Amino acid sequence: MNLTLLMYLIPSLIMFGCGVYGFLTRKNMIAIMISLELMLNSIDINFVVFNRYLFPGQMEGMFFTLFAIAIAAAETALALAIIINVFRIAKDVDINKINKLKF
Amino acid sequence: MESLGNIIMYFVIALAIIVFSVLTVTTRKILRSATYLLFTLFATAALYFQLDYAFLGAVQIAVYAGGIVVLFVFSILLTQKPGEDAAPLSSHRKWLGIITAVAGVAVCGCAVFSYAQFCGQLMPDMAAPSIENIGKFLLSTDKLGYLLPFEAVSVLLLACIIGGVVIARRR
Repeated sequence: MNLTLLMYLIPSLIMFGCGVYGFLTRKNMIAIMISLELMLNSIDINFVVFNRYLFPGQMEGMFFTLFAIAIAAAETALALAIIINVFRIAKDVDINKINKLKF
Repeated sequence: MESLGNIIMYFVIALAIIVFSVLTVTTRKILRSATYLLFTLFATAALYFQLDYAFLGAVQIAVYAGGIVVLFVFSILLTQKPGEDAAPLSSHRKWLGIITAVAGVAVCGCAVFSYAQFCGQLMPDMAAPSIENIGKFLLSTDKLGYLLPFEAVSVLLLACIIGGVVIARRR
């Protein structure tokens, strides 16, 4: 039995599907961010796996993942700062109850 | 032909990734969700180690597991009563999510399986990239160098630090 490219794509695909499900169904803003992290992470896996199988010895996919991790960290920090600030004003992080800017 | 240990390792990692990602989005307690996310990120780091990208696995553990998950836990504890269940999902919302996710996975799965020949290729041999090489590429300005994105990311992180302080500070 061999480890093929397909066998690494399947877990990443399922992880992405979970991220989509959580993003659409969760109502808590922090839980939505967690689902977003899942999706970003599955994309990172894809970059690394394609780099490893198609272009071994080169490092483009690895560097792309490196920068994606850094940018994801920055994005999460900012989003959580915004969420905490929203909580301070609205006393809630439920996306259905934060509707002051709507309409 | 891979070694048996490598194959067993792969199945453990793949199972961990699948189970913990499903648990992350289905559990009702948000703090547990963050913990399962941590396990998923650890499994991803193990996957990077298995693919010979040791530096990337270390970065994944340091930045994701060490930084982002701690941020999540802090902000969960700042905004939520611990141990509180989320409200149960309304049925149409749940089904909307399930249908969208399954449809997306099915489309991507069809695309992947239709290239079965391409996706069936075996893992080629590769010397693990050395730290020396990584550092050289990261800070060089020639054709394969990454100095410009490196500096751009440093500016982005600075902007992010300032933005975070400005947004979250108490007025």
